[in-house]
Amino acid sequence: MKKWLAILLLVPSFAFAAGTEYPNDHADIDLTDKSSLQRGAQTFMNYCLGCHQMQYQRYQRTFQDIGVPDELGDKYLRFTGEKVSDYITSTMPAEASAKWFGAPPPDLTLVARSRGVDWIYTYLRTFYVDESKTFGVNNLAFPNAGMPHVLQGLQGTPRLATEMKMVDGEMKELNVGLRTDGDGKLTTEEYDQTILDLVNFLAYTGEPSRLQSENIGKGVLIFILIFFVFAYLLKKDYWKDVKK
Amino acid sequence: MNAFMSWIEQRIPVMRVANMHAIQYPAPKNMNFWYIFGFLATIVLVNQILTGIWLTMSYEPSSERAFASVEYIMREVNYGWLIRYMHSTGASAFFIVVYMHMFRGMMYGSYQKPRELLWVFGMLIYLALMAEAFMGYVLPWGQMSYWGAQVIVSLFSAIPVIGPDLVEWIQGDYVISGATLNRFFALHVIALPLVIVILVFLHIIALHEVGSNNPDGTNIKHKKGSLAEEDKTVYKIHEYYTDKYDIIDDVVPFFPHIVLKDLVAFSVFLFGFCYIMFFMPEMGGYFLEHPNFEIANPYKTPAHIFPVWYFTPFYAILKAVPDKLFGVLTMFGAIAVLFAMPWVDRGKVRSWRYRCGLHKVNLLVFAAVFIFLGYLGGTPQENWKIIASQIATIMYFGFFVLLWIYSGKEKTKPVPARITL
Repeated sequence: MKKWLAILLLVPSFAFAAGTEYPNDHADIDLTDKSSLQRGAQTFMNYCLGCHQMQYQRYQRTFQDIGVPDELGDKYLRFTGEKVSDYITSTMPAEASAKWFGAPPPDLTLVARSRGVDWIYTYLRTFYVDESKTFGVNNLAFPNAGMPHVLQGLQGTPRLATEMKMVDGEMKELNVGLRTDGDGKLTTEEYDQTILDLVNFLAYTGEPSRLQSENIGKGVLIFILIFFVFAYLLKKDYWKDVKK
Repeated sequence: MNAFMSWIEQRIPVMRVANMHAIQYPAPKNMNFWYIFGFLATIVLVNQILTGIWLTMSYEPSSERAFASVEYIMREVNYGWLIRYMHSTGASAFFIVVYMHMFRGMMYGSYQKPRELLWVFGMLIYLALMAEAFMGYVLPWGQMSYWGAQVIVSLFSAIPVIGPDLVEWIQGDYVISGATLNRFFALHVIALPLVIVILVFLHIIALHEVGSNNPDGTNIKHKKGSLAEEDKTVYKIHEYYTDKYDIIDDVVPFFPHIVLKDLVAFSVFLFGFCYIMFFMPEMGGYFLEHPNFEIANPYKTPAHIFPVWYFTPFYAILKAVPDKLFGVLTMFGAIAVLFAMPWVDRGKVRSWRYRCGLHKVNLLVFAAVFIFLGYLGGTPQENWKIIASQIATIMYFGFFVLLWIYSGKEKTKPVPARITL
């Protein structure tokens, strides 16, 4: 029986063997870090909301959950003229955007749950200049992505860094990562932190109930443990007279 | 109060039924770990029905609103997220306990005479449950809902002559659409739950008619007058059973003894259930698949289409066969052959404890093959997996062939007359 259970538990781990081609960096997010969520919200409202929306998430709920008073939220986070009780929608018409980008920019409410936080963290840090593309940039994590690098002003102009290396007796030009021209407003560390905050915010909007769920969950598990003890003692008492 | 109770009792047999089926129902005292899953399945069924009712209060079954209404439940309905996770975790939990329950039946020969119909009713529940789970997974109207439905429904197109018309009839449209969603909703919330509840009722009636099996596979009910007075049970057992049989002194009453035992098991189960539900409701993409957090898009096929984990063994069998029609037949055959278990196994000894060594190996290999098929069906296709799934499919059916062969003339060990704890 133990073997059976062991097999049952092990199987899922094999399933992760096959993944995407580009390795994801780990996004070490923290949903309890309110200032990180607030910075992430600000980045989202300033840089993403122009094209992407969050049609399932309301401003007011967001402000409450990330600890922003409505007045401050109105000043720094709400620009599109909607009411604070409205959903976070973009003013860009879907039909026009479909023409501009080939497809309407996807809704981002749940992107952290469909793509995973690690993927987004990697994606937003792996744009590079590629003049052959419509928007002048390509992406390592998402080749041929139909999205301009809207954060380039922060990151600086990212370029593929290549080096000549010996491979199987031949000199080849190999990718060795990305380098920016250093013309961005932020340093690499600052930019990474900005993206991490943004990803943190996206993780929050993907599942606003996560923190509440874990808080309730702890209490429930403790209750079940206590319940188990009494259930076990009761069972033992009733079974003590049963013949072996 | 007593006068009131007897007034009731004269008009509807509340206490008689409670006594007959719980308080004075004889259960073997050696029921072990494997005997908790029937109880747990009942609990999960109740959970699914209750949470399902609350979900339908806010869910909107239309292709325009389905996805948004699920997110509305997750964000704006008070504790909607909890109700939804109870339901989604419950779906997977249902299959976990049902698979354990079925394997228990196979280990201890609970399908053998006289429990053939009990097994068949159980299999019918399993079948209805698969339909129920499949249609339920379509309702959130995510990418996997849509494309999973596409794959499963298109299986019917493999049927010669009527196939394409049948698919159209099932979908209610030329493609999977809002019309499909609406009818799947109707089937998921009314038709199939009714069927399942009725089948569960019949399953329990059939169980209580033939009596519970046990890990030793022995009989607890003996011919009337065949037992000495000191071998008869000391517990008060209902006349329904004692009028027809002598009940051996190896039983305990279902209530409170078995119920209390189940309660302990239930609290352990509930701990695991709640841990997953509160802390990892997606279960790493197994209980809730990641692409399903993206709204259904008929123009965009996901990179990999997988059914949810509990269907993947059969999905692997389907993919193992190159021909579509033959693949579909093989897949349904894999379920059909389980129905035939009581007749495939010609053995007279029930429990694997007292059967030949080959039987134990055969059964364990079968379980391993089933899990391996699940792995193959739930991960992206690779070349080696094609041949692997073909071998595993042959081994899956090989279990039944082998069982039929050796069970005809099997060297068994003596079965003890009395149960020891």
